[in-house]
Amino acid sequence: MAATYPGPIARLRNPAVTGALPVILGLGGCKEGVLAPVGPVGGAENQILMETFGAMMLVVTPVILLTLAFAWWFRASNRRARFRPDWSYSGKIEFTVWIIPLLLIVFLATLAWSGAHDLDPYAPLKSGRKPVRVEVVSLDWKWLFIYPDYGVASVNEMAVPTGTPVDLRLTSGTVMNSFFVPQFGSQIYTMAGMQTRLSLQADRPGTYRGLSAQFSGDGFSDMRFTVRAGDDASFARWIATARASRARLDAATYDQLAARQATAAPSLYGDVAATVFDHALMAGAGPRPLLRAAAARASSRQGVL
Amino acid sequence: MFGKLTLHDIPFDQPIIMATCAAILIGGAAVLGLITYLGRWRWLWTEWITSVDHKRVGLMYIMLALVMLLRGFADAIMMRTQLVLAGGGHLGYLPPEHYHQVFSAHGTIMIFFVAMPFVVGLMNFVVPLQIGARDVAFPVLNSISFWLTAAGALLPNIALGVGEFARTGWLAYPPLSELAFSPGVGVDYYLVALQISGIGTLLSGINLITTILKMRAPGMELGMMPVFTWTALGSNMLIVASFPILTVTFGLLMLDRYLGFHFFTNDAGGSPMMFINLIWCWGHPEVYILILPAFGVFSEVIATFSGKPLFGYRSMVVATLVITILAFVVWLHHFFTMGAGADVNAFFGVATMIIAIPTGVKVFNWLFTMYGGRIRFETPVLWTLGFMVTFVIGGMTGVLMAVPSNDFLLHNSLFLVAHFHNVIIGGVLFGCFAGMNYWFPKAFGFLLEPRLGKAAFWCWLIGFYLAFMPLYVLGFLGMTRRMNHYDNPAWTPYLLVACAGAFLIFGGIVLQILQLVVSIRTWRSRRDLTGDPWDGRTFEWSVASPPPVYNFALTPEVDGLDAYWRAKGAARSESPAYEDIELPKNAPAGFLLAFCAVATGFAVVWHIWWLALGGFAAAIAVLIASSWRAHAEYVVSADEVADIERRGRITAGSPVCIRA
Ligand code: HEM
Ligand SMILES: [Cu+2]
Repeated sequence: MAATYPGPIARLRNPAVTGALPVILGLGGCKEGVLAPVGPVGGAENQILMETFGAMMLVVTPVILLTLAFAWWFRASNRRARFRPDWSYSGKIEFTVWIIPLLLIVFLATLAWSGAHDLDPYAPLKSGRKPVRVEVVSLDWKWLFIYPDYGVASVNEMAVPTGTPVDLRLTSGTVMNSFFVPQFGSQIYTMAGMQTRLSLQADRPGTYRGLSAQFSGDGFSDMRFTVRAGDDASFARWIATARASRARLDAATYDQLAARQATAAPSLYGDVAATVFDHALMAGAGPRPLLRAAAARASSRQGVL
Repeated sequence: MFGKLTLHDIPFDQPIIMATCAAILIGGAAVLGLITYLGRWRWLWTEWITSVDHKRVGLMYIMLALVMLLRGFADAIMMRTQLVLAGGGHLGYLPPEHYHQVFSAHGTIMIFFVAMPFVVGLMNFVVPLQIGARDVAFPVLNSISFWLTAAGALLPNIALGVGEFARTGWLAYPPLSELAFSPGVGVDYYLVALQISGIGTLLSGINLITTILKMRAPGMELGMMPVFTWTALGSNMLIVASFPILTVTFGLLMLDRYLGFHFFTNDAGGSPMMFINLIWCWGHPEVYILILPAFGVFSEVIATFSGKPLFGYRSMVVATLVITILAFVVWLHHFFTMGAGADVNAFFGVATMIIAIPTGVKVFNWLFTMYGGRIRFETPVLWTLGFMVTFVIGGMTGVLMAVPSNDFLLHNSLFLVAHFHNVIIGGVLFGCFAGMNYWFPKAFGFLLEPRLGKAAFWCWLIGFYLAFMPLYVLGFLGMTRRMNHYDNPAWTPYLLVACAGAFLIFGGIVLQILQLVVSIRTWRSRRDLTGDPWDGRTFEWSVASPPPVYNFALTPEVDGLDAYWRAKGAARSESPAYEDIELPKNAPAGFLLAFCAVATGFAVVWHIWWLALGGFAAAIAVLIASSWRAHAEYVVSADEVADIERRGRITAGSPVCIRA
């Protein structure tokens, strides 16, 4: 359970080691990306990332140093080094070289195993607060966010209340994409005709970048969205602004939106039919793409390499 | 008549492409003209094109890889410069539909037409020599394998000037690669090219496994094979087990695209996820197909230049076999983020990590091979040391991503891109370059110029770190792969460094070309008259450089590991009793089949069905005709052998490329 992580291996945690990565990379002060988590999922994932990285550095660094040291000391011109032209076996060393990686991997495997379970994207986050439900659809080349409990929707902009779990159901109205807000943690694929789930939470207010992490065609690079995390009041204000929009999202307008193969400026829908997500889910597996193919084939020839 | 092909499919409006095509055509014409001028056509035909000698075939594989490396690298430079220019509101100079072809072509070419032919070429050249065999088990099939690979390599380059290449990435995930989303011919070029070369690779795998299992010199038990041969065995077993998966997977996608099936479509019950599973059932073994032979090269190099036997031979063999088997049970780590359950992710995560154990053992064994040695820092050793340092970093980042929760953060980011370049450049490519510098004197009878070789190494090594370490950071900063432009200004400085690194690597490539040119021009002073310039341990060093066509006048007798090393001190019999040697005759079948394959492939891409059928029928005809050849062998008489052997030690060193 992400929110309740530290898991069973917390005892082995060594902050001196786990804090090393950002320092080594000179990223100590970075304010963005996966090393600057703002919620429990990203936080727990960072913790595991640092632990696994630290544990491996303990083995990798000596190996690199030994490589350089052995190569230097045993250079042909160094007559002080003892030449042992027939030495090619030592039971003790053989045993050690199997056991060192083995132990390291046993340690990492426990982290991997518990991490995979604790951070299972499908498991809802534990929290005293009622989760906000958001339905996400990836389209060519934009993101649609539907708030079924509020009857509003938005394109390329997502708002969440801080300190509250956000339960996502995701699908795609086009090819596969991957929903990813680096500072929240956990990305997950969106796939047409299928539904994936993900639970996230932001604890700090702010504006965060979101994007598609899975290449999806011509407009892929523009498939960015903004996440606004704020307290309940600011979330309520955002909902109210959305409600004030007169744009309506239903099956027909969804189809139009999906068919427009272009990125889109952020926009809001104040009136959303309850079945849009299910429609998107069905449409993803339906015959529509073939019709689009005909349209696309008629379009102009593209560049070459 | 010409199917979908019209004049409009040639991109006359694209100056970059047209200039490139013109350069290729003019360059090609110049080469052909030069051959004509020098009157070398017959020589080319008999000594190389129709040769079924495993040494020649191996060298042609490597030449193909080197040429394609230039093409793939040109793509890389374009991508790196584009990303420097395409930050913060700018769009760069490559529009997405062009850029996406560039990275798809880059990945496809680098894996299938650089890394693959390079390692297959090395295995072809070295394995029979190491096991005391006179050729591979099926020499004509070997030539066919090569030529099919070459045919496959030609098609993406034709796509440069006629039509377009895939815009889907190097694995062409559906549904993006389905007709609905990629209606052009790009994906068809991709599929057809890889189907053709895939068949070549599979045949080559069967050939080398048979060779290793059936044609070892008398007395050479499996446990006495050099480690390179062991890794070649593992690699080829992986080829035989995994390439059929690739062929079937691409076959199903072709059925979707050509006949309206729905295996992987979004609609009508298709399952794109099935493709992703299948492609990685091939794809993960593929990375070990590439790295195992590289491990083998490093093992040979480190032992030879340390003047010691490889430390822990048994461990090395066991580790190789464990990797070979485990390579098949980890494929899901390429899509932890698909939403499989925690148990599934955890299982595949742990399975993936377990591979790191035998890999780690290998690294330690190389370390202890150096221990107590007298290491001569020749060019192959530099590549090996560069590999050892670089590869542990790449292995580490691989294990990091094998932890599912880490992968949720890093999947598809530039961190991933850095990881696999870290292992493929730092592992596979460095291994190929080490092997090239190591075995070049064996192949051509003279050594490569060492100073340029070392300078090239340093450019590659430093260039690699400059080009790829920033990508790890960019992955942490949240940059995903395959972006054409971006709006985050924090990324630009890192991309700038990466671009500088790419140019430094370019310097390395220039130095390598220079190294070849200088070495060839001064070959007389670099001759290897001994056949054993490095004081080697394995049988390839027991014959003249370059080896006579039949490799071994007398099949060596083997009584243990490093038999040649131990026999070195012993006196040779002065007048050995030579016997007649039967050798396979040249065969044009491979070249003709490649011709048919290119024609058929091109026709299938463009739906020119008469040509496709004609080309296919011609291919069958070639096969039938060549299997009916009455005299497929010729005999080198015992006297001739004696003669060649006597002259061998004197004229050894006259390189095959110069001897007419
Ligand atoms: C030490 C052992 C290794 C481990 C534990 C490892 C682990 C991984 C993992 C988990 C991924 C998937 C990451 C993701 O997609 O998010 C990956 C990707 C990849 N690895 Fe490795 N790896 C190892 C060695 C290698 C080697 C030796 C090669 C090649 C010679 C290689 C080539 C690749 C490639 C090409 C990809 C990405 C392909 C793509 O998505 O386009 N890896 N590796
Ligand atoms: Cu893999």
